[in-house]
Formats: sequence, C-alpha cells, structure tokens
Amino acid sequence: MSRAKLEEALLPPVVAMLVALLVGDLLILSFGQSPGAVYKQLLEGTWGNAYGLGQVLYKATTLAFTGLAVGIPLRAGLFNIGAESQLAAGGFAAALVGLALPAGLPSLLVLPIYVIAAGVAGGVVGGVPGVLKARFGAHEVITTIMLNFVVLALLNYLISTRFKVHDTLHTAEIRSGSVPRLSDFAAAFHGSAANTIIALVAVVVWATWWFLFKSRAGYELRAVGLQPGAAEYGGVSVGRVWWQAMALGGAIAGVGGLNYVLGYKHYYEEGFAAGAGFLGIAVALVGRNHPLGIAVAAILFGTLSQGGLAVNALVPKQMVDVLQAVVIIAMATAVPEVRRALASVRTQRDEPAAVQDER
Amino acid sequence: MIRLSDIYKTFGSVQANRGACLDVVDREIHALVGENGAGKSTLMRILSGMFPPDSGTVEVNGADVTGWATADAIEAGVGMVHQHFMLVPTLTVTENIMLGAEITSGLQLDGRKAEAQVRALMERTGLAVPPRQRVGDLSVGEAQRVEILKALYRGARVLILDEPTAVLSPPEVEELWRVLRRLREDGGTIVLITHKLDEVMAISDTITVMRQGATVGRLTTRQTTPAEIARMMVGRDVALPERRADAGVARQTTAPLLEVRDLVVATARRANAVDRVSLAVAPGEIVGIAGVEGNGQTELIEAIAGLRSPSAGQILFDGREVTLAGVRERGDLGLAHIPEDRHERGLVLDYPLFDNLILGQQHHFTRRAGALDTQRIGAHAAGVIDRFDVRPRDATLPARALSGGNQQKIVIGREMGDAQRFRILLAAQPTRGVDVGAIEFIHDQLRAARAAGKAILLVSADLTEVLALSDRIAVMYGGRIVTVVPGATATAEQLGPFMTGAAIRPTGTAS
Amino acid sequence: MFAFIAQTLRIAMPYLFASAGGVVSERAGLIGLTLEGYMLSAAFCAALGSYFGGGPWPGILAAIAGGALGGLLYGVCSIRYRANQVVVGIAINLLAIGLTRFFLRLTFDSSSNSPRIPGFAAQGTGMTALVANPLVWLGLLSLPFIAWLLYRTPFGLRMRAVGEHPAAAQSVGVRVGRVQWIAVALSGALAGLGGAYLALDQHQFTDQMTAGRGFIALAATIFGRWDPKRVAVACLLFAAAETLQIQLQGAQMLPSQFVEMIPYVLTIVALAGVVGKAIPPAALGRGSD
Repeated sequence: MSRAKLEEALLPPVVAMLVALLVGDLLILSFGQSPGAVYKQLLEGTWGNAYGLGQVLYKATTLAFTGLAVGIPLRAGLFNIGAESQLAAGGFAAALVGLALPAGLPSLLVLPIYVIAAGVAGGVVGGVPGVLKARFGAHEVITTIMLNFVVLALLNYLISTRFKVHDTLHTAEIRSGSVPRLSDFAAAFHGSAANTIIALVAVVVWATWWFLFKSRAGYELRAVGLQPGAAEYGGVSVGRVWWQAMALGGAIAGVGGLNYVLGYKHYYEEGFAAGAGFLGIAVALVGRNHPLGIAVAAILFGTLSQGGLAVNALVPKQMVDVLQAVVIIAMATAVPEVRRALASVRTQRDEPAAVQDER
Repeated sequence: MIRLSDIYKTFGSVQANRGACLDVVDREIHALVGENGAGKSTLMRILSGMFPPDSGTVEVNGADVTGWATADAIEAGVGMVHQHFMLVPTLTVTENIMLGAEITSGLQLDGRKAEAQVRALMERTGLAVPPRQRVGDLSVGEAQRVEILKALYRGARVLILDEPTAVLSPPEVEELWRVLRRLREDGGTIVLITHKLDEVMAISDTITVMRQGATVGRLTTRQTTPAEIARMMVGRDVALPERRADAGVARQTTAPLLEVRDLVVATARRANAVDRVSLAVAPGEIVGIAGVEGNGQTELIEAIAGLRSPSAGQILFDGREVTLAGVRERGDLGLAHIPEDRHERGLVLDYPLFDNLILGQQHHFTRRAGALDTQRIGAHAAGVIDRFDVRPRDATLPARALSGGNQQKIVIGREMGDAQRFRILLAAQPTRGVDVGAIEFIHDQLRAARAAGKAILLVSADLTEVLALSDRIAVMYGGRIVTVVPGATATAEQLGPFMTGAAIRPTGTAS
Repeated sequence: MFAFIAQTLRIAMPYLFASAGGVVSERAGLIGLTLEGYMLSAAFCAALGSYFGGGPWPGILAAIAGGALGGLLYGVCSIRYRANQVVVGIAINLLAIGLTRFFLRLTFDSSSNSPRIPGFAAQGTGMTALVANPLVWLGLLSLPFIAWLLYRTPFGLRMRAVGEHPAAAQSVGVRVGRVQWIAVALSGALAGLGGAYLALDQHQFTDQMTAGRGFIALAATIFGRWDPKRVAVACLLFAAAETLQIQLQGAQMLPSQFVEMIPYVLTIVALAGVVGKAIPPAALGRGSD
C-alpha cells in the first residue's frame, strides 16, 4: 500500500476517534466526573483483565461478522442496512436446527450444519432486497430497513407463539453443537462469553479478503461497485452481482448468529442482536471496507461496547452509545473532507508532472 | 461589453484555463473555438458565475465582476445555455422558465401570469414550445428552445451557448441560426462555443481561438479561412485526414464476419431507436456509420456488443447467430469493442492499469478455484503498455491518472492487442477527446486491423474521420440507415442531405 | 365508529407530522432516514420543556427546537460536508437513542422514563380529548400545509427543482444549499411536533418511545410517492390497520406482528413497482457524489 493510500485510509478514523473523545469529555464533565478517570476505567475494564478482554473479543466477533455483512455489498455499491435482521434470522435458524438435532453429537461434526442453516437463513433475508434491486431497481437501503422490521416481527411471532420456553422470550437449549469457551483453554477468561467462534470469524475475514482481492468474482464485484457500466461492458451481469453480494453479506451476518447461539447462551433469544447489525455499518465504515480494517474496527467497537459497562459506576453506560454514533458521523463527514484536502495538497505538489501528462 | 483577462483555473490535476482572454463587443455573434478540452466551457462557466477563476479578471460593461455568482450574472443580463441541458424534467416548461425568477402574488406563485409572459416571449422570439408540457416529454430541439427562453426570460442581453448544435439535426441548426440572428438584430450579444468550423464561418462575426487553456488568437470571420482557424486551434499545420484508396479488396468474395438483420432496439424514450437496420461487414473492411449523434448509433453498437437487447432482428458473427448471447460469449467469439464513453464503460477509472487491461477477458486470466492469475496479468500489462507506448509506464497507476489519449490507448491495447483473439471490431468514437498525436496512432491501428482481415464497424460523429477510414459509409438518421455509399468517392456534400433527413429513401439496407 | 376514528387519528398523529417532515426532506433531495431520531430527541425535549416549564406549550416549543436542531446536525454533515446521507442518517438515529438515554439519567436519574409531565387537559382516548388537543389540529394541517408549500409557493418550486436536478436549480441562481438547509430544519421541526405529540399524549418520556414510528412515517412518505395528499392517505391507512388490530385483539383474528408488518411490506411492494412504481426524486441522496 502506498503512503498516500495509507494516509487516506487511516486519517479519517483517527480524526473520528479524536472527535469522539472530545464529545466524550463533554458528556463526562456534564456528569461531574473526570474524563481521565473514566477513560482509565474504560481501558482497565476492557483490556486490563482477561474477563474484560474476553467480553471485548466476544462482542468483536459478532461485530466482525456484521461488519463484513455490510462491507461486502458496499464493495458492490450497495448499502446493506439489514444486517440486524439477517443476524437474528441466522441465530434463529441455528437454534431451530439445534432443537432438531439429537443430543451429544460432536461439535466439529455438526458445526457445518449450523453454518449452512444460519448462512442460508441470513442469505435469504439479505438476498431478497438484492433480487428486488436487481430485478426492479428497488432501493436497497429502504428495502433492507423495511425488511428488518418485517423479519423481526415474524421472528417475534414465531418465538412468542411456538418456540418460546414458558415465561421467557427464548427457545429451549440446543442439544448438541455448543462450541468451547475460551475459558476452557485459559481459565483467566472465566465468566466471559468469548468462545471458539472467534476462530471461525478469523477464517471468514481471511476468506473475504481473498475473495475480494484475489479472485475473479471479487474483481467483478468491485468493478460493479466502482462503475457498473464498465462492469457490464466487461461481461459482468450487474444484477447478478448485486443480489449475490447482498446474499453473501446476509449469509455472513447469519453465521454471526452462531456466536450467541453456539458459543454463549445455546438458545435463540428475542433481541439478542441488540443493534449489532447497525453497528456493523460503523464497523465497515471505520474499517474502510477492507476485511482486515473491519476486524480491527470490530475490536474497537467491541471495546467501546464493553467499556460502557465498565464505566457505568461513574457515568451512564449510554455514553458509549453516543460515542459510537459520534464516531460514525465524524467518520462519514471526515472521509470526503480528508479526501478533498489530500487531493488539493497533492495537486499542488504534483502539478508540473500532471500538466506535462496532459500534453 | 465583456472582457475576460488572463484567466487561470485548475480542477484537481487538470489546468483548464491558463492565461485565457476574451473580448466581446455588443451586438455581435462571437465564436469561441478550440479542440475538445481547450478550456472553452470552463472559461464561459467562469463568465456565467458558476465558479470563480483562480486568478484573472472578469469585466462586464466596464465593471469588475470577477468571482460573481450565477444570480449576479443573471441580474447583469448574462445567461448561459449549457451543453447538457439544465432543465428539471419533472417540471413544466413554464415552471422551468420561471424557476429562480418566480412570479408571485402574495406568498403564492402566479401560474397564470407566468404562462402569459412565457407565451408573449415565445411570440416575440419565435421560439415556440407548449408551456404546460413536462420538460421530460420534450424533444431535444424543444428542450434547447426552453433553455434559450429561460435565459431571455431573465432579461439576458448576453447569451452564451455551449456547443448548441451537437444534439441538433441540420434543419434544427438552421432554425437555431435564424433565432440567433434575430436576437442580434434585437440588440443581443451571443457567445457561441463550438469546435465545428463550418458553423463558425456560417454564423459568427468574430472568433476567439483557444488552445490548451490559453487564448491563441482573435479573428474577424470575414477576413479569415477555416484553414487558418484550424492551424491556430491545433498549433501547427493540419493535414486534413487523407483518403486512402487501398481498401475493400477482399470483401466481394468473402462472406461477412458481422451481419445485422432487421434489427430493432427500443429505449425508454423511443420504441424504435434502432429501426429495422440491416448491415454486413466483411473481413478486411471498414464500414463507417455517419450521422448526427442521437440517431440510434449508440443503441446499434450496444446491441451488437450485447449491452442492450434488441426487440426484433438478428445479429450474426461469421454466420452464427448471437442475438441473445451475453457480452462475454460475444467476446470469446471474436468481438472487440472500443466503447464510445471510456469513462463510463471502457475503463474502471479507479482500477490500476493491469486490472483495466483484462476487463472483459478476466475469465482468461483465472486459475483453478477462481483465483486471478496475477503473474500473467502483470506480464500482459507490461506487454501492452510497451507495445502501445502508454505513458506513464506504470501498470499500478489507476486509469484515472492518465491523460485522455493514454486512457484510450489502454482501451485499444486491451481490445486490439491480441490479434489472435478478435475478428470483429466495434469502434465507437475512437478518437473522441484524445490529442492529435494519439488520433494518428489510433487511425493507423484501425487501418492495420483492416489489413489483417478484421471486420470493423466504425461510428464517429466526426464526418472527416468516417470519410478518411471507411470502405463503405452508411448514414443513420432517425434510427434507420438511410443510405450506403462507397467510401472512396463519398463527400461531405453528398452525405449532408442524408444526415439531415432531407433526402431519405424509403428503405436503406447495407449488404 | 367514533371510537375507531378517534383511535385511528390518535395513532396517525405522529405519522402525519413526521411524514410531512419526510416529504419536505426527500423532495429537497435528502433521505429521510433521520425522522426517527428527530422524533425521539424531540419527545425528550418535550418532556423536559413541559416538566420544567410547567405546561404543554414550553414542551412543544422545546420539541420544535430539538427536532430542528437534529435537522441542522443532519444538514451540517450532508449539506455542508456532503457526507453519505445513509450513514449519517443511521448514526443520527443511534445518537438520538444514546443522547436521550444519557440525559434521561442525567436529568431524571432514570434509565426507563421521565416523571409524569403535564399534557393537554382533557383526558381519555375519545373524540372530545382529541378535539381539545391543539396538536391534533396542527397534525391534520401539516400535510396540507406541505402540499401548499410544495405546489403553490416559489420556495416549493425551488425545492422540487433541487430534489430533481440541483445543478439546473443552481444554474438559474437558486441557492441549492439554502433550500436544503431550510428543508432539513423544517423537516426536523415537523417530526419534532410528532415527538411532542407522543410525549404529551402519554404524559411522559420513555426510552425509545418512538419505537420505529419514524420509519413508518418514512414508509408512508415512499408509499405515498412523495405527494402530500397520497402520503396523508398512507398515514391514515397504516393507522387504521393498527386500530383495527387493537380493536380485534380479543377476537385473535390476526396476530399483531402481522399488522405491524403492513406498512413495511406495502412500501417494499411499492418500491418494487408491482403496482405503479414509486419513483423517488432523482437527486435523492446524491449529495455525496
């Protein structure tokens, strides 16, 4: 990566973090606390001990899945706002499979079944807006948002009428396929939800990187995102790439549901997604739409989420919700601004060469 | 009285104006000429207040108005008719005309009064359009009339027209000249941006020539010649493209490589944008399609390339029907395509050159498991860049960073670089927006491909280019081929009436 | 029957206000994803104003200010800095949730709801209570007012031009940015009135009390094809379906979840163009180009 590219990739997140810190200071001061103490507490409660770190990793795992679910369609020029319901649908499908499987099967054997079930469910929820876009030109932003409500209402109906355990909003526990927690290997993680699905997400991050930048399908997908007309000219079916990218994104979000269902609670619970789908947008954005960037951004947002709980004694944990929103806004605003600024700096620097070229 | 002095303006890495000047006196038709990219439009946008110059001064009627806003320019009676119409398609003609200068009674719009004023203006100028029509439903010529009315409605005394004839048929052009002369008689001043010398000679009083962002001369039309203007535009003597009579030997005896039969293509606006076109191109032949832009050439080429599905008719490559085949399949059957808009279709501007050089052939650069073969892609890029002398010679640069001519070399190198791969070539506006040196290079490539037995279908808005290269020339008008003539003897005078629709034969087939 | 109409109107009020804001925003070319956030923050402002001001009117003014402020924040990002409207829109909604929760803790030391606030005097859900509520009258007038603004005034003409073809508007001296600034502020204020209605009607602010109503309003805006008259019909239709479901709840005829889906499904169908395609303003969301 050239220096210029690196500058453009890293400057906006840095700017966004600084702005968020500043807003955080204001909120903390308004609550009569010292920003230094709060931020110290935030760091200690997350990276300062194994339990906190485990919680960060657990949250980051889901966010990496939803970040990729947003990031892949975005590379094809589409905004997937539906990761929230895709995640929920994946988790629900996994729970149903888990209820149907006989008890006591080895995890490694049934894991592929779970991945397929969750991926298909998420993929269908993501694929529908993709097809509507490709076939009818229906704007995917609106259809994915609307579909969130539809799918979540549908799941709510299914849970509350058919699958819930009495007096709860969750299904019964799955009988086989739970994956080990990290605390099974290192006792220090005890109590945290961190589990081995994190290995799965690492594989998915790597596979996404390979797919986007090393495969022919990725070449075609990115071409569609940059210039649909040129992709079409290059023999790529734009509509097909659209729906496939949406379905793939949805599938990855769906697999993200396993983190909760297989790794943590072993059942589907109403509302487990809890905004992770929307935060996926932030993760994709801060990660500059690059799989590795998304992984880093997921850890960052995971830290913030867990950090909110860590500082709750000093300031309301909702401060973190505000900071996350501020990061997104500052990021979205900084990207075009930084790009413009860098462009003008470069123009001044490179002018003679460029003019030469024009001739 | 307008005076622009020593104007500089830079966009990103492009210096659009550097030391441009313009002097326009009252009640004249002033032609601002220059090649594509000479900075004419930029200069006029500065005059009309769309953006300020980086340096230099703009004076109107003796007052320094440098950096004024559109609203100020309109206030001072300077109005611009843009090349790409600045009309809101969902609003009516009257609404478009009064937008920004609304007639009100109290807080509300006064639609009736506005319409009456618009009708009066139409009466006075002879520019008639139905006032209540939605602009989106108008023809191109009508839309242009609305643009002119818009400026006049705001009391424009100075009218700037940016390439107004590009979209017009010759009769519409004549009509436009009549309107402009009438405006001049009524005391108006007109600045006409164009690069067509026949128009300059026909309508203007004074000429300012621009080259590479700077003004290179100011001429009185009656005292100059097209050759002199052309020399100033290009900066050296221009050899008008010469006729080569070395063509068309093989085609009588060979079956056509490309054949189109009764092709009909529908667009959102026209059910028969291409209307029962038949043509055939033999190996070793260049068939040129002449005509005013917007008469179905784009749709015809896109249908043959597989980018648009025809509603009727057949397309055959070497006798094999490909009417329903995909773009990729056509490519594998030997079709190469230089698209008319390289920024939109021909290149992925943010992709590096090596990625652009496999666009459309990416499936030939793939290894097992769908991985791209980066080594072969790199070697391929180095080879093409070398052979086609692309500059700078860095395959990792994004296509966006190259000049127009070098971008086109990338497209041509990709499409024509592998002589084994292609047998049929669609060349749409192959030299648009490229510098003179590159034009010669591209023409040589096309001639070499003909000599190698390729079948070439050339579409160009530049009639001299069509005349210089084609073995046979088909003229398109209103979606149909209205005549086909041998290239060797064709002249602009002979083709003109067909391009205007003035001399249409009942059916035209080129086979 | 009266009860049915009364309840429908009551449910429709936030939709009418917010979708009026949605029409204004989207016709000026700015995606109306932020309606939910405007409403939520305005509902909180209404609670603040009404609690500390001792009556509904300070609350209403505070809500208008809060909503408009949300609109201006959207404007700073999307007009001034040309940030991606979808991203900013989603983030402003998240911000509204976070800020209202934070300040709920800060001012009322609660994580769920504010104390009881004064609303309009008349109690109950019947027609009389509705008629006595000035906000109801404002709500009924909001979309007709937008229709008048859009089709009868110079500002409306400019707004329609800006949403379809900003460059064309700019070329005749229309200040595109200013039109959009006014549109986002107005949009926020209108949606803010919807938030005020919610808070005053329930006599308190509760966490996330808008519960997706901003998105139903956006659905109505799209389903009504950005035309105030049709949008009003869409709002009433959606509200009537909810009322029907509530009144039939005892009969167990249709699960409430399926009624909830109606606006969203209808909007998806409208966008897909199965019956009469909904075509958005041409420059909608294009600010980031």
